[in-house]
Amino acid sequence: MSASTDVTATAAPAAAAAPATARRRAHAAAGPLAVAPLLIVVAVAFGIPALAMLGGAFTTTDNGPGTAVHYTTGNLTASLQGAYLTALLGSVKLSLTAALISTVAGLLLAQAVVTSRYAVLRHAVLSASGVLANFGGVPLAFAFVATLGNAGVLTQHLGLDKAGWSLYSFWGLVLVYLYFLVPLMVLTVIPSLDGLRAQWREAAQNNGATTWQYWRHVALPVLAPSLLGGFVLLFGSAFAAYATARAMVGASVPLITLQIANALNGNVFAGQGNVGLAMSLDMVVVAGLVMAVYIPLQRRSARWLV
Amino acid sequence: MSSSAAPATTGGTSRRMQGEAATAAQEDRQDRETGATVEFRQVRRAFGAAVALDGLDLDVRPGELLALLGPSGCGKTTALRMLAGFETPESGEVVVDGEDVTSVPANRRDAGMVFQSYSLFPHLSAADNVAFGLRMRKVSARERRARAAELLELVGLPHHGDRYPHQLSGGQQQRIALARALALRPRVLLLDEPLSALDAKVRLALREEIRRLQRELAITTLFVTHDQEEALSMADRVAVMHAGRLEQCAEPGELYARPATAFVAEFVGTMNRIPGRTGDDGGVVEVVGRRLPVDGPGAAPHREVDVLVRPEAVELAVAEKGTKGAEGTARVTGTTFLGAVTRISVRLADGTLVKADMTTHTATAFPAGTAVTVGLPERPVLVDERRA
Repeated sequence: MSASTDVTATAAPAAAAAPATARRRAHAAAGPLAVAPLLIVVAVAFGIPALAMLGGAFTTTDNGPGTAVHYTTGNLTASLQGAYLTALLGSVKLSLTAALISTVAGLLLAQAVVTSRYAVLRHAVLSASGVLANFGGVPLAFAFVATLGNAGVLTQHLGLDKAGWSLYSFWGLVLVYLYFLVPLMVLTVIPSLDGLRAQWREAAQNNGATTWQYWRHVALPVLAPSLLGGFVLLFGSAFAAYATARAMVGASVPLITLQIANALNGNVFAGQGNVGLAMSLDMVVVAGLVMAVYIPLQRRSARWLV
Repeated sequence: MSSSAAPATTGGTSRRMQGEAATAAQEDRQDRETGATVEFRQVRRAFGAAVALDGLDLDVRPGELLALLGPSGCGKTTALRMLAGFETPESGEVVVDGEDVTSVPANRRDAGMVFQSYSLFPHLSAADNVAFGLRMRKVSARERRARAAELLELVGLPHHGDRYPHQLSGGQQQRIALARALALRPRVLLLDEPLSALDAKVRLALREEIRRLQRELAITTLFVTHDQEEALSMADRVAVMHAGRLEQCAEPGELYARPATAFVAEFVGTMNRIPGRTGDDGGVVEVVGRRLPVDGPGAAPHREVDVLVRPEAVELAVAEKGTKGAEGTARVTGTTFLGAVTRISVRLADGTLVKADMTTHTATAFPAGTAVTVGLPERPVLVDERRA
């Protein structure tokens, strides 16, 4: 009697545990299944092109019959010489300049919005920034050509052409890039500015700090990782921009994205496709270096500005 | 501060550090002489329709710790922030040591402040936080380091100078904040609910430490709190505020025993409201079958009033069979064990609930359901308008 009771007592929890274990297993399997569509998209849209770029950058194909493929570092070497190097440096210079100006301008604008007493201003600026940060390519180029191009409305009205102004130059391109980079910086930095505690300012004042000293010794150091993160984002955005530059300056300002397009299209020299892929790899390396700086700083910033 | 917060040191090192801390405290005290006086003169401040301070008049004596006590929105924090320079009064003056500082900017007020949420700078180490004010005053790096070390020793965290705020507990952060507030040897120390974010045990320990430091440094201190126990246990005097006005400013014992207003009486400690009726001249009130003198200037005659009585002043006795009158029909409804004391709830014949405190040993004679007589001592009582 007592034995049968024991058996029942131990069997009941075991029977109850079985469905629970099955549920846990099903739950564990559901996670990977849920992210499967994303993984597929990433594989198709990023993984395969990345592999193709990597493979193409380090191979060359013989002309003529047989089309034998050889491994080489010649493409990378070529991508870092002559006009290609000039284009890479031009892109870096343009991106650094546009990102730097946008970081400063975006910070000032965002601070003005954050400290404004008018909530409607904040909503308006945030909404406009959301739209403008995504306004690029040919439409943006056309808008500037119509306004500040050689026959643009403002150029004619203000006589800018007589003052030596040209939209189709390095600084013209910087100006156009600012149009979408400044709003992007505003969107990026506002959460960080919101995270600056009012009591830090008061504590600084209480310890004798002037407004300038507060910004110099407290606010900017605390914001530095976020600002650098925003700068990196802007740099990447400017570095990768293609359509706007293509529509505006063509070949007059050397940029890496335009050189890649030329190489892949064979517009200037035929058979430079793999050099174009090597230039793409150069861009990835530059972006990787920038991200290597950004990620640890972002982690630190997240801890401070909780 | 508590030795548990710091790693163990050798006896010699510990003695040397204690000596340094004592020297630092002594130097601070000498620099400050006897502490500053603080006066609020008819200070008014409103935020839109809400009046935060409504003609506040308050004097703080040199070297005393004065607690500003009151419910949320009573204006106590506004008063403190006004003294710190973070708020500007619409009218009135804030005076420190006879000098009108009303329009002096916050960074030149010479008042060290400790905030409720610590507010340490997250990118600076504990030592750099403490030395921040000295850095703003362009004090040399060597002097800054030495002063920070002295203050860290003073607050009991001599080995925590290299740590960052996120590596410190709440109590440790607040000690660093206290050290930072003292670094510039301010004339006045302002504490804005500095303990409210801490757990009970740390709060109790830090409460004692703040008091010890304040006494050692003899620094005039304003301490904002809504916790009456904190205020009564720490302060030399307590200023009770209500709706932007000062209700009463007195020593803790006097505040408890002789509250000036019904608000103070009910805000500080527990108070019974027992229905009564004033006599012919308003100087006497009839309550639970007795006639007691009214405390203060008296009330209007022949008025229904509430008599305010502390639970420990209520006397209970088991009613003998056949007892008549209002006091004889009261009945115990329950008891609450509070340690050495037990609180007994009694319902009077008219339905009023009265609390009476007595020693736990005595309270065993009054289980729920016991018929009791309720008595009050022959002492002046505070009366207030009858509450519906």
